Amino acid sequence: MSEAVAPLNFEERTLESAWFAKPPRVENPELPAWYHALRESAWENFQKLPQPVRTDEHWRFANLRKLNFGEMEPAPALPAGEEQQILEQSQGLSEVSERFVFANNRLITREPAESALAAQGVICQPLERALVEHGDLVQRYFMKEAPRAGGEKFAALHQSADLSGIFLYLPKGARIEKPIEVFHWAKGEHATVFPHTLIVAEEDASAQVVEYYQSAGDDATFAISMADLLSEKGSQVKHLICQQWNSDSRHVHISSTKVGRDAFAQSGIVNLGGEWVRNECVSRMIAPGARSEMLSVGLAGGKEEYDQRTLQLHEAQHTSSDLLYKNALYDTARTIFAGLIVVEPGAHHTDAYQKCRNLMGSGEAEANSMPGLEIDADQVKCSHGSTTGQIDDEELFYFNSRGISEETAREMITFGFLNEVLERFGNEELDKLLLEKVEEEFRRMRAATA
Amino acid sequence: MPQHDEATLEAVSIDQSSGDFRYPEQYTHDAGFGLTEKTIDYICDVKNDPDWVRDFRHRALDVFRKKPMPTHWASKDLENIHFDNIRYYLSKGQRSTRSWDEVPDDVKQTFERLGIPEKERKYLAGVEAQFDSEAAYSNVKQEIEKDGVIFVNSTEGLKEHADIFRRWFGKVIPTSDNKFSALNSAVFSGGSFIYVPPGVKVRHPLQAYFRINAEQFGQFERTLIIVDEGAEVTYMEGCTAPKFETATLHSAVVELVAMPHAKIQYITVQNWSANVFNLVTKRGLAHENAEVRWIDCNIGSRLTMKYPGVIMKGRKARGEVISIALANDGQHQDTGAKMVHAADETTSNIVSKSISVGKGRATYRGLVHIPKHLKGCKNNTECDALLINNSSRTDTYPAITVRGNQHATQHEASVSQVSEDQIFYMQQRGLSEAEAMSLSVNGFVNDLVREFPMEYSVELKRLIDLEMEDSVG
Repeated sequence: MSEAVAPLNFEERTLESAWFAKPPRVENPELPAWYHALRESAWENFQKLPQPVRTDEHWRFANLRKLNFGEMEPAPALPAGEEQQILEQSQGLSEVSERFVFANNRLITREPAESALAAQGVICQPLERALVEHGDLVQRYFMKEAPRAGGEKFAALHQSADLSGIFLYLPKGARIEKPIEVFHWAKGEHATVFPHTLIVAEEDASAQVVEYYQSAGDDATFAISMADLLSEKGSQVKHLICQQWNSDSRHVHISSTKVGRDAFAQSGIVNLGGEWVRNECVSRMIAPGARSEMLSVGLAGGKEEYDQRTLQLHEAQHTSSDLLYKNALYDTARTIFAGLIVVEPGAHHTDAYQKCRNLMGSGEAEANSMPGLEIDADQVKCSHGSTTGQIDDEELFYFNSRGISEETAREMITFGFLNEVLERFGNEELDKLLLEKVEEEFRRMRAATA
Repeated sequence: MPQHDEATLEAVSIDQSSGDFRYPEQYTHDAGFGLTEKTIDYICDVKNDPDWVRDFRHRALDVFRKKPMPTHWASKDLENIHFDNIRYYLSKGQRSTRSWDEVPDDVKQTFERLGIPEKERKYLAGVEAQFDSEAAYSNVKQEIEKDGVIFVNSTEGLKEHADIFRRWFGKVIPTSDNKFSALNSAVFSGGSFIYVPPGVKVRHPLQAYFRINAEQFGQFERTLIIVDEGAEVTYMEGCTAPKFETATLHSAVVELVAMPHAKIQYITVQNWSANVFNLVTKRGLAHENAEVRWIDCNIGSRLTMKYPGVIMKGRKARGEVISIALANDGQHQDTGAKMVHAADETTSNIVSKSISVGKGRATYRGLVHIPKHLKGCKNNTECDALLINNSSRTDTYPAITVRGNQHATQHEASVSQVSEDQIFYMQQRGLSEAEAMSLSVNGFVNDLVREFPMEYSVELKRLIDLEMEDSVG
């Protein structure tokens, strides 16, 4: 582009603030030695890595001021009373195979107390326990994927920190019918949580994991989360995170998905809150027949900013990927979508699709789209589309002529717009639950501006 | 896709060797290699620049030195440009000639090789052909002059028409826009200056041909076109360059100003040889209800970076970029468009088609910007890429910013191959594989080719259709 390269301004150069003076962790002697060494080197790496700058394409259009995190603090344990409140608020699906609740980076409960899945050879444990009990297995898969969308410094910090979250290992043929639910809560000024999800599905296994990220109270908290999915031959893995942070909290989520032969992986995001949210999602199709779905729903109001970067990486022949990201923007909200499809040399017969749709609900909102393609193979079916628009007057008129007020009509159209993605998560109850959350957030947002 | 035979490859590539010729260099002015304050003063002295131009060039040199290469997003190949090994100014020292008889024979021969038959010239409103730095030939039809249209080279423009020239020069593309616009601002020579007075609709397209004919010689034309209220003009630019052993840098700046209700069409067909760096900044400013259209056909060059832009400054202004790019082995066509909506109800349209052959790489890079507090802006972007071989590459990197809820933008891109069914079908009807492939490629770009005016079909046919057909069999 013939656009000028702006010199780094003062603000960007002074971004370097002491996010953490020392590694955000407590030494646990039970943890394996390899893990200890890994965390040490990650901490060194974190200190060495530069802060993102605007001239980095992965941070183009990004609001770098939001990276001035000030002092982040390890999240403190909560008093028993507050934990109890949090448990009561951890309402999800009626039928799940496992439910974990983490508050301030600590497990406060799991149901059932011992996994009923163990009979199938499934390992479903808090990551910290899995590191102790299945250290070798975790080592084989733990953070093997380097971030590819600009979040190296965050990933290094995450790797050096105390982690919450789960390790799910599905041996060959293990199929979990009901979803596994994980709640992550954060509370306390500058409290920082590090949720981690590691899902390994061996041949023909299948599972769905649904995570909810929520604020307990109005404190400005931070979350730096990562999710790694590995879908081996013929397996099916679905992963979804739904975040409903308060409007002062910030969240960086980095996910990487690796899909093997004839396997399927779905990675979904629902963004409903947060002051500033950065998602980096990578899907790698590494063997023929691999299929990946990347879905996202965003409802952005107030001053919220969602900054999403995606990569669909086709490394083998006969693979497919489908991305659909939808945002509804209100007030002075801002979104960035930067998606890239890469079809590597020799990855012939690739089908790759990428679609970003923005529905503008206010005159002050801003949507940035950068849908990208890099094709280096033949016999490729590839398309991407990006649209930004608003609700049509004719649509409103249609509703009106049937006695539905403009306000209700706008609501219905917005929900319908977002529900097109929600229903692809493939679970009716989940769809209903998420839609309720969208409606709740929408009404709260409207009330705040009224 | 199966590997195609050589005939097929030839069929879909363009014979660039017809531009592969050169004449002995006899330059009377030579600023030497490299770029320093002295080079600037030398150019100013030779060209007898007014003081304000000398100051302008020196300031631009400072900006050029300070600007980093845009390699954080652009091709690393830019690092292979060695600014010290380039000659920044050459001229025959000749004044522009008015009559055809005064044009030197070798220049005439160049025109012959470019394929402008003499009989065609009378259909052309005016020919402003640039042979290296200075316009070698300039002929504006009397009827256009009668209407008050000014069509001269930029050197003459800034001297003879300083009042109009200075008002807009460097205003659409400031020196500091990017490293290469700064370079051009420092060493520019040649290019066209056009002024069309209010209400004048120039019926014939104005035309200029460019050539590079000195080894390691950068060509830095500067074109400024101002079309006053309600006036219309079509400007056409065509380039072929002979092949050299070392890289040649071409870095032009083209500024268009369309006053209210004016229309400008700027048409380019270029066929650089495979060692040319072609780094061009082109931008138009459209006032109320005005229209700026860029129609661009990029073939050849080692690396082309060109993103014609339109700033829609007045209500209901329109901007359009129509682009065809063909990247052959070892070539990188990095082209696109930049649409800045700066007023209500402005509309822009981008249609880009690229063909990658062999190891060629075609890139689309776009920017659409619709800021706050505007109403009723629309953008439509379509990019289609055609990959011919296993090793061909295509990229698409658009960036779209929309603020507010009263606009509509859509972007679509697709990538495809010439289908085997299609080829098979045509072979059934007696076409060779090469002919079938050639026909398919032509069909792919056909709807855009029609956007080029009749007068230019000779050049375009030469570059796309006929060359392909000729190489069959």
